[in-house]
Formats: sequence, structure tokens, C-alpha cells
Amino acid sequence: MQVSVNINGVEHSRDIEPRTLLVHFIRDDLQMRGTHWGCDTSNCGACTVWVDGAPVKSCTMLAVQAEGAEVTTVEGLVKDGALDPIQEGFTECHGLQCGYCTPGMMMTGRWLVDQNPNITREEIREGISGNICRCTGYKNILDAIEYARDHANSEVSA
Amino acid sequence: MQTPAPVEYAKATSIADAISRLEALGEDSRPVAGGYSLIPMMKLRLARPETVVDLNGIAELRGIRVEGNELVVGAMTTHADVLSSAILFEHYPIFREAEHVIADPIVRMRGTIGGSMCQADPASDLSAVGSALRGNAVITGSSGSRTVPLREFHDGPYETVVQTGEILTELRYPIRPGAGSAYEKVERRAGDWGVCTSGVFVVVSGGVITDCGIGMAAVNADHYCAPEAEALLMGKAPTEENLAAAAAAAANEANPIADQRGPADYKRHLASELTLRALRRAVAASQGA
Ligand SMILES: Cc1cc2nc3c(=O)[nH]c(=O)nc-3n(C[C@H](O)[C@H](O)[C@H](O)COP(=O)(O)OP(=O)(O)OC[C@H]3O[C@@H](n4cnc5c(N)ncnc54)[C@H](O)[C@@H]3O)c2cc1C
Ligand code: FES
Ligand code: FES
Repeated sequence: MQVSVNINGVEHSRDIEPRTLLVHFIRDDLQMRGTHWGCDTSNCGACTVWVDGAPVKSCTMLAVQAEGAEVTTVEGLVKDGALDPIQEGFTECHGLQCGYCTPGMMMTGRWLVDQNPNITREEIREGISGNICRCTGYKNILDAIEYARDHANSEVSA
Repeated sequence: MQTPAPVEYAKATSIADAISRLEALGEDSRPVAGGYSLIPMMKLRLARPETVVDLNGIAELRGIRVEGNELVVGAMTTHADVLSSAILFEHYPIFREAEHVIADPIVRMRGTIGGSMCQADPASDLSAVGSALRGNAVITGSSGSRTVPLREFHDGPYETVVQTGEILTELRYPIRPGAGSAYEKVERRAGDWGVCTSGVFVVVSGGVITDCGIGMAAVNADHYCAPEAEALLMGKAPTEENLAAAAAAAANEANPIADQRGPADYKRHLASELTLRALRRAVAASQGA
């Protein structure tokens, strides 16, 4: 089945089996390996991407369902070579160890900050409850998302 | 790696289009809503539809409105929309309380109320809410729509009365002025299915309970409800003693089974305790209203 998906601003058309999951379309058909694939059971959130601006666990969506949609993956966060505040946050706050959960955490974190520019630490904690990290104990991830909140906002108000 | 079996895909453009496709394709087709239950089942090959008919493009299936003395929620309304709905919260805070503990914020962005009802998982939180509120399901097929009480909607675990060629289009809940409502859930970790849950509404008027509903999930109560416990409360003063007696009766209407979420007697204890807690809060809310 022919499918056309706009990913990070670039149109990608492929002939795929309808059963192809979005995560495999992105990673295998398009060879974009930024999006991770972890539990395969809709629990861990490593595969989180945005479809038309909303986060989706891409292991639980068929690629054909994204036909005509705008998908953003972690590779799409960089703008003109500059890191997004969420990426800066993970760098500055040491928000990762093995890095497995990181793309999903960044996609969810940036979405949370966009939804609520004044989001509290407690709300972030709840907001990332669909993203599992086995390394960090979450403290630095919360710091990183708070960093993004503070810097994404100053960007807008500047 | 889990991959669904080969499947065909069709995107429906309207309710009529979805129904005609599903009817033409017959038993081997399934509608897909949020996909957060169906796609995992397809990956595990527990579901092997030959065609999935995507309902995501049907705008008329999504939305929340008041119609007469009913709250009407379209089947494709997402968990996130239910969670943030001011209208639902105004009449029944139970919706917000339940949604707050369903899955996680990402799943809630795409998972739907209709999918939750049709999946009919024994632990489905919105099924307990719907039965507590004695809501109705509107099911639509090629010959028109029929309305089924949510307390008759299920045909056992994972089975509903929705037939091949039909879809669930709306959920309707009667508005009850002065009602208080509350939802209680014990889960193993944030975002997990309940070990046991209880959701209730109560109307207290003139010092007695004039209307009430009790719903429970994850403990195999028939149609997720506890009618004998409700009968004990009708016409009674909302004293701690009366609430406790009803909560104990509700636990007797539960038929929990031991599994990885806990032993049966623990779940039965939770059914009583959570029902009591929910009743206390719903009574207080109704008295304050
Ligand atoms: C990690 C995780 C945690 C979860 N935790 C919870 C929880 O704590 N509590 C809880 O209640 N749920 C939980 N869920 C389930 C979640 O609520 C699902 O979204 C829901 O069960 C199914 O809704 P859906 O829109 O995704 O439906 P789908 O998966 O698309 O469909 C489910 C079934 O319903 C059928 N269907 C869907 N819509 C219609 C319709 N309009 N008419 C007829 N048939 C229809 C489909 O054919 C399919 O058989 C969890 C899910 C995940 C992935
Ligand atoms: S790989 Fe998708 S949620 Fe874990
Ligand atoms: S950094 Fe290893 S899983 Fe999060």
C-alpha cells in the first residue's frame, strides 16, 4: 500500500505492507534510528513521536494511519543546527545514562512544556509516566525538562 | 519483534462509510479507534482481522455535549478530551478522577472512550464509570441506531452486544442535579490497570439517599455494577454504618480471581474499602451541592 508521510518537514513515500508499525517504518524503511524501540508493548514510551503535534507510541500505530500526517521525530528537534531547549536540558542536566529512553523522554518532555509553559515538577513527573527509564532514577530527567521549560519560555518572551 | 499478521487497511470518512465497509467485509473486519488495545492484540496475534477500518477520520464521532438532560460523548472522544472536559466535570467529577488514573498521558491522547467500552476489558475504568452512572450506548448499523443500557452492553469479558457491521457511536449519561460522584482505584504502579476500582454517584436529598449507582472494575462484577449494594442505600440516611453495609454488599457482588495483581480475598477487601471511600466522598459532594 502506498503511503506518504511528512517527517520532520520532508515528504516520504513508500510502498509498504499495511501491517507495518510506524516505529518500523521510521527506523527500518526510512533508516532514521533516532526513534527507539523498546518494550514493544505500548508501555515504555521509547518509541514516542509526534503525529500532528500529539505524542504517539509509534509501536502501537500502523504507518498507514499516518498517511498525510506531519510526524516529528527526535531528529526533527534540531532547528538550523541549533539544539532544541529540551536537548540542551538533557545535556546540561545529565538527563541520560544509557540513552535508551532519551528520544521518547525528549519528545514527551518538549510536548509537556509546549502544552503548559508553567508546568510544575510534579506535573512533569506525572506527564512522563508513560515513559520508562531504567537508569537515571528520573531526577535528572525532571531537571532536564524543567530546564527546557525555563529556556523554551524565555525564547518565546524574548 | 511483534508484528501484526498481514492485514488490509481502510480509512472510513463518515459513520455511514464505516458501517457499509464493516458490513461488506463481515466478521473478519474490525474498527480501529485509538488502537491502544487492538494493535497490541494484533501484535500478539490474539486478534487477526483481515481488514481494519480506521475511525480516526470521522469528526462526527468526536465531541462532548449536553442534549436535554443527558451528557453525550462521541465514541471517538479521546481519554484526554474526557479528562479535560469542563462539562463532564461539572456534572460528574468521577470522569476526571477515573481518567486521571487511566494509562498515561500519551495513551490518553489517542485512546478513546468508545474503544475502552468496546474492548470491555474486565479492568476497564470507563466501563465501571458507565455502569455506575447507568449510561446508555448508542449503537449504529445500516438499519439505524439502537440504544442499549450500559448495564446490558457486555456479553462477558472482552465481548459486547455490538454486532458485525455495527459501531458504537455515542455514550449517553443522564444528568442528575445535586449528584456527587467519586472514583477510587488501587493499581500496582502509575498508569497500570486497576487491581480493583470502584466508582459511585449518590444523590442525597432531605437527609436520605434518593438515587445512587455503584460501578466496579477488575473484580468481575456482572456488568461492572453492584445493584444489591445500591438497593441497600436507597431511601437510607447516608450514615457511616449504612455506607459500610453497602460497601460490604458490593464486595459480595464482586467475583475476583487471583492473578499477578493479587489474591482474590485482597481484591474483595479492596472492593469494599474503595466503595466505602468513594461513597463517603460522593455523599459529601452531594450534601455540599
Ligand atoms: C500502557 C497502557 C495502559 C493502559 N491502562 C489502562 C487503564 O489503567 N485503564 C483502562 O481502562 N484502560 C487502560 N488502557 C487501555 C486504553 O484505555 C485503551 O485506549 C482502550 O482500552 C481502548 O481504546 P482505543 O481507542 O485505543 O481502542 P482500540 O484499541 O482501537 O479498539 C479496542 C476494541 O474496540 C473496538 N472498537 C473501538 N472503537 C469502536 C467503535 N466505535 N465501535 C465498535 N467497536 C469499536 C475495536 O475493534 C477493538 O476491538 C491502557 C492501555 C495501554 C496501552
Ligand atoms: S516500544 Fe513503544 S512503548 Fe515501548
Ligand atoms: S537513560 Fe537508560 S533507560 Fe533512561
